Amino acid sequence: MFRDAPHFDVRDYLRKEMMPHFLCPGCGHGMALRALLWAIHELNIDRDKLAVVSGIGCAGRLSAYIDANTFHTTHGRPLAYATGLALARPDLHVVVITGDGDCLAIGGNHLIHACRRNLKLTCLMLNNEIYGMTGGQVSPTTSETRLTTTTPHGNSEPNFDACALATAAGAGFVGREVTRHVPKLKELIKAGLQHPGFAFVEVVSDCTEVYGRKNDMGSSAEMVMRQKSEMRPSAYRDSVDEPFRSTDLPTGILAQNNRPEYGAALRAAAAARAGK
Amino acid sequence: MNAPDRHVPKAAAAKLLSGNAACAQGAIDAGCKFFAGYPITPSSEIAERLSTMLPAAGGVFIQMEDEIAAMAAVVGASMGGVKSLTATSGPGFSLKQENIGYAAGAEIPCVIVNVMRGGPSTGMPTRPSQADIFQTRYGSHGDYPMIVLAPASAREIYDETIRAFDLAELCRTPVILLYDQVIAQSSETVALGGRVPVHATRKWASGPREAYKPYAADADLVPPMPRPGDGYRTHTTGLTHSETGFPSQDPETVTRNLGRLYAKLDRHRDLIDSYEAVRCEDAEVVIVAIGISARAARRAVDACRAEGYKVGLFRPVTLWPFPEIALREATRNAKAILVPELNIGQLRLEIERQLRDRRVEGLHLISGEPITPAQIAASAAKLASEV
Ligand SMILES: Cc1ncc(C[n+]2csc(CCOP(=O)(O)OP(=O)(O)O)c2C)c(N)n1
Ligand code: SF4
Repeated sequence: MFRDAPHFDVRDYLRKEMMPHFLCPGCGHGMALRALLWAIHELNIDRDKLAVVSGIGCAGRLSAYIDANTFHTTHGRPLAYATGLALARPDLHVVVITGDGDCLAIGGNHLIHACRRNLKLTCLMLNNEIYGMTGGQVSPTTSETRLTTTTPHGNSEPNFDACALATAAGAGFVGREVTRHVPKLKELIKAGLQHPGFAFVEVVSDCTEVYGRKNDMGSSAEMVMRQKSEMRPSAYRDSVDEPFRSTDLPTGILAQNNRPEYGAALRAAAAARAGK
Repeated sequence: MNAPDRHVPKAAAAKLLSGNAACAQGAIDAGCKFFAGYPITPSSEIAERLSTMLPAAGGVFIQMEDEIAAMAAVVGASMGGVKSLTATSGPGFSLKQENIGYAAGAEIPCVIVNVMRGGPSTGMPTRPSQADIFQTRYGSHGDYPMIVLAPASAREIYDETIRAFDLAELCRTPVILLYDQVIAQSSETVALGGRVPVHATRKWASGPREAYKPYAADADLVPPMPRPGDGYRTHTTGLTHSETGFPSQDPETVTRNLGRLYAKLDRHRDLIDSYEAVRCEDAEVVIVAIGISARAARRAVDACRAEGYKVGLFRPVTLWPFPEIALREATRNAKAILVPELNIGQLRLEIERQLRDRRVEGLHLISGEPITPAQIAASAAKLASEV
């Protein structure tokens, strides 16, 4: 049986009054939530000072389960809400939870600019390749040819590599991990939470109910196991010469830099002007 | 309301100020500490000025990637406990609507300035218009109440900006300031001192954390707000919710909560309602107008009176909720009402709804020019001679 570090009990971090939760059995979002809470636990982040801002979707619903200051905002906009909150309250630790549709479709512009701006926020994008909450419509991350309720003949749009996008847009920290190995995911989220600027963490999640079923991807266990064959750690990937490189999505920390953090830079500029 | 933070205004030195400049100054004097915006004519001077003034006042200015983001950031900053403002014009205001509705539903105080331009679509950026009267009231989806203030001069923009922040904090609700391009961009000599604004401070949650329910209202129907960091660890959502803040679709709960949103504004009507009635006591024709049209109408009233016509002016400063009782009072002796406005007939429709027993005529200009006092005087005199 899978065992947590002895001192971590996820129940200590959940709102008991919200149980039972609404996630479908086998939904990868549950594991992502567990990894986030575990990371928060290990970093000993004060939950009175922890603000979790989420968008709309199954991923967006997760904030309500976390015993902290939680904000369930509008579809696609959690990064923009979080920007205001973090600028107004630099003493808070602000975490954003968003889905692939929330973050890359309706909220794509906010993601690009949050990466560029580099305000201290940790953005967890749960990528299940589908619009789960609205019943399984195609998303910007749905693989080509896959069936969804709005691509009855198979998806014919190429999908997005969110991490490549975030890297290109200048995010200070970019990483991707699968839910198959929760401790590893927890470590990546921890690294993201500790990064002093904008951290983008893509969690490869799975939607068993409205995606897996439609595409005959098997049980939730099978969907999670599939992540192994489709994901390669970036170190492994980079060790292979170009023509032989796997086309699969790399995992691990994919980019990291120490550009100046936006909020601090803004406050310093204001202080310098006020001093004059 | 908590103990008002009485603010002693600076000495009343007269300055040449545009309406937009007066708005920026009003925001600073009201204690605004956060502005997020996206440039759009004819509102941009507010952002430009605040980009200098806010950091100097210990606040934050940010130009976001679009109006949706700007509105979201303003709500986010206010959720953190900071008085927040955004300013825009028609197309940007349309984009803000979903998040304005969120602020209304989740009860997050904030102030939104809409300097109107003609439309539809990009319309006439540098021309005056008054065509967003309904958009301010009904622009977001679903049922929700809204406070909209419609000042008519630079001085009044200053006062109403401060009042907008006060009402937002007092009622835990978004407040919209609505004015037109002429007032926004013309400079007037303004003496800013002289009035002591109320300066409402937000009612924060206090007391035992276990017993606290974020949407359990006090007697004034406004619930104390949880400040992140104070240990209340609550949930805020745009979904219908119970007093706990958690989503609920229980018919009785959602009905009661939405009803309270309307009732809390009713409860504060004496502070919200503001209007001006000029020579209405004996008026046979009452002109009802806002903004630049009301200023032209004021001149028209004098011109008509000089010719012996009994004409008055009713100017709602609070546009929504409409000061209906005051309108009834001001039009008690009127046989006809004239509504001059820079649109196809928005304010007229509302006046017709309220004064169904009276003849209501509109004077509507959609050419992008302001209505002149002479045009209004001619219509008013004609109406007065007919009734
Ligand atoms: C403005 C707006 N448009 C559309 C919707 C409907 N909607 C709710 S959730 C959702 C998609 C969520 O998908 P994703 O972000 O991938 O999250 P998931 O449910 O898969 O976790 C949509 C389109 C909405 N709530 N608001
Ligand atoms: S619909 Fe999909 S994403 Fe949503 S809870 Fe169910 S399995 Fe998870």
